[in-house]
Amino acid sequence: MKSEVIKARDIVTSFGETVIHDKLNLTVNRGEIYGILGESGSGKTLLLKEMIMLHKPTSGHITILGNELSNIDYQNAQKLRREWGILFQFGALFTSLTVAENIELQLKEYTDIDKRMRDELVKTKISMVGLPIRAGGLYPSELSGGMIKRAALARALAMDPKLLFLDEPTSGLDPIGARNFDSLILELKELLGITVVMITHDLDTIYSIVDRFCVLADKHVVAEGTLESVIEADHPFVERFFKNDYAKRRLEYGGR
Amino acid sequence: MNPTCIKIEYYSNHTTIYASGDWTIHNVPKIDRVLKGFSCHRRLVWDFSAVSSFDSSGILLFMGYHDKFLSHCRVEVVGYTKAQERMFRLLLAHKVDDLIPKVERGLFYSIGKNTVSSYDVFVKFVNFTGYIMVAFLRYFTHPKNIRIKEIVYYMERSGVGALFIIALTSFLVGMVISYQSAVELAKFGADIFIVDLAGISITRELAPLITAIVVAGRSGSAYTAQIGAMKITEEISAMRTMGFDPYYFLILPRMIALMISLPLLIFFADMMGIAGSMLASYLELGISSHQFLNRMQEVLDIKHFWIGIVKGPFFAMLIVMIGCFRGLQVTDDTESIGYQTTASVVNSIFFVIACDALFSILLTKWGL
Ligand SMILES: Nc1ncnc2c1ncn2[C@@H]1O[C@H](COP(=O)(O)OP(=O)(O)OP(=O)(O)O)[C@@H](O)[C@H]1O
Ligand SMILES: [Mg+2]
Repeated sequence: MKSEVIKARDIVTSFGETVIHDKLNLTVNRGEIYGILGESGSGKTLLLKEMIMLHKPTSGHITILGNELSNIDYQNAQKLRREWGILFQFGALFTSLTVAENIELQLKEYTDIDKRMRDELVKTKISMVGLPIRAGGLYPSELSGGMIKRAALARALAMDPKLLFLDEPTSGLDPIGARNFDSLILELKELLGITVVMITHDLDTIYSIVDRFCVLADKHVVAEGTLESVIEADHPFVERFFKNDYAKRRLEYGGR
Repeated sequence: MNPTCIKIEYYSNHTTIYASGDWTIHNVPKIDRVLKGFSCHRRLVWDFSAVSSFDSSGILLFMGYHDKFLSHCRVEVVGYTKAQERMFRLLLAHKVDDLIPKVERGLFYSIGKNTVSSYDVFVKFVNFTGYIMVAFLRYFTHPKNIRIKEIVYYMERSGVGALFIIALTSFLVGMVISYQSAVELAKFGADIFIVDLAGISITRELAPLITAIVVAGRSGSAYTAQIGAMKITEEISAMRTMGFDPYYFLILPRMIALMISLPLLIFFADMMGIAGSMLASYLELGISSHQFLNRMQEVLDIKHFWIGIVKGPFFAMLIVMIGCFRGLQVTDDTESIGYQTTASVVNSIFFVIACDALFSILLTKWGL
């Protein structure tokens, strides 16, 4: 199989006069953790939404797992939607279902797994993301911000998707929880060979688990590649983000 | 790829389970079915060397049966990869035996819950009514607080916006009742009495009711949904913490706007209803519009018109209060917006009709 999982070419996105993306390109390879970095409002979430078919780019082509999104038919789109798991920036849990039911939903709809096995899976997922098991019986409105993130990750992982989209997975988590998230994602990548696309501002995540990433600024991808190569890029945002005192200190004390 | 993913071979001194293919979520039910009917009594060898891919459900399935077989016989697992072993350890570390707590929803539970919550809603509504009344009075002692801009905005949204649908419904109702009665009246040769009949029933009862019902369906539901959504997104909490009392900022402007526009809408509905009745009388009984209006001036006591109009502010108050109250009752899940919106419309239509009945009784008692 081809090693490119996602290929975005010449993506243009605009709302009326406002241009958010101006011909940007990026490539995500199979089995890597790919980061998307950029300032607030640079259009990261929007780009993610375009990849998962929630928003159509004004022009340009996105290919995911060999499907060209601009002319995908309904059948294939539905098939594609079952192959990925998504963690939204604000969780987007179903408010009328408990956490356990949220996680169970796809398992129930798309597989013939029996109830006992489903429960087993749900419990494992709840525990993996670091939630106490009693949280499974709670409704989203009864959760804290960090718990919502965790529950949403558990839901994204429910079907063991081959492709995982994460929008700021570690924001809103305590530092220890964030690192546990990182190692869980890394472990799943290594064990199951999944591909992860994640939006993140978290330097620790970038230093420790991200294989390659791109930097979104000025409507373009201004740098793409491994940490070493991106840091070399000559752009004010990269400068500001990686060459400030904190980042420098962090880099000295240990990357991967 | 082996579609069954599993094969069991019996040898002289042991049994071997050959696992193969994809031990992934879509194959797990099939594998599960095969393993369910299998029980071992001798040495068991579980060979994983032909497994091409796996995921957590596959490994979890293995874990379950491994434990089960282990209690009956010796189990030897061979041919697994490093990754499979690590996955096994990861899942083992997160194996939980506790059950996910579930809320039991028996019959008695729901009876009890509904009883308590109905009582609760009632108390809250009384509380809400009191608060609104106080706020309402306070509004007029501090006229500076009156938010003219919002009031005008809601008058346009709920008043002007409803003109067309109210025109249509009241015209049709005026026409229909006149058509129906025309047939009966013609039997007695009492054609012209159609004017008395239509005039009184439209101005006094029908126009206010139709207007209130349309407005309850149109604006009452909108208020519930708006306020409910604001509740979910915590806009209401944000307002409260910034010192903007939602009663003054959200509810009173809507209430005053509707209390002004509903009587005007009723007047409009009167005219449209009478126009409808006039058309029906002309078509069915040949009464000209000139005759119709002359007769109306003679027989229609102005008090009927005023009674109809006076009902307006009362209906408006009910609709807005119920709509906003239901909106504030929305809890944190999206389903409750739907529930409360339905409840809002049903309640406000019921209370409008009940209030109308009360008017009838009281006015009859007072001889009006
Ligand atoms: N529906 C919309 N209409 C107009 N502009 C929009 C719309 N959706 C997003 N935008 C604009 O697109 C830009 C990118 O938004 P996006 O949510 O992708 O930001 P982001 O990079 O994810 O930021 P953050 O890091 O804060 O989450 C923003 O400037 C936003 O104002
Ligand atoms: Mg975002």
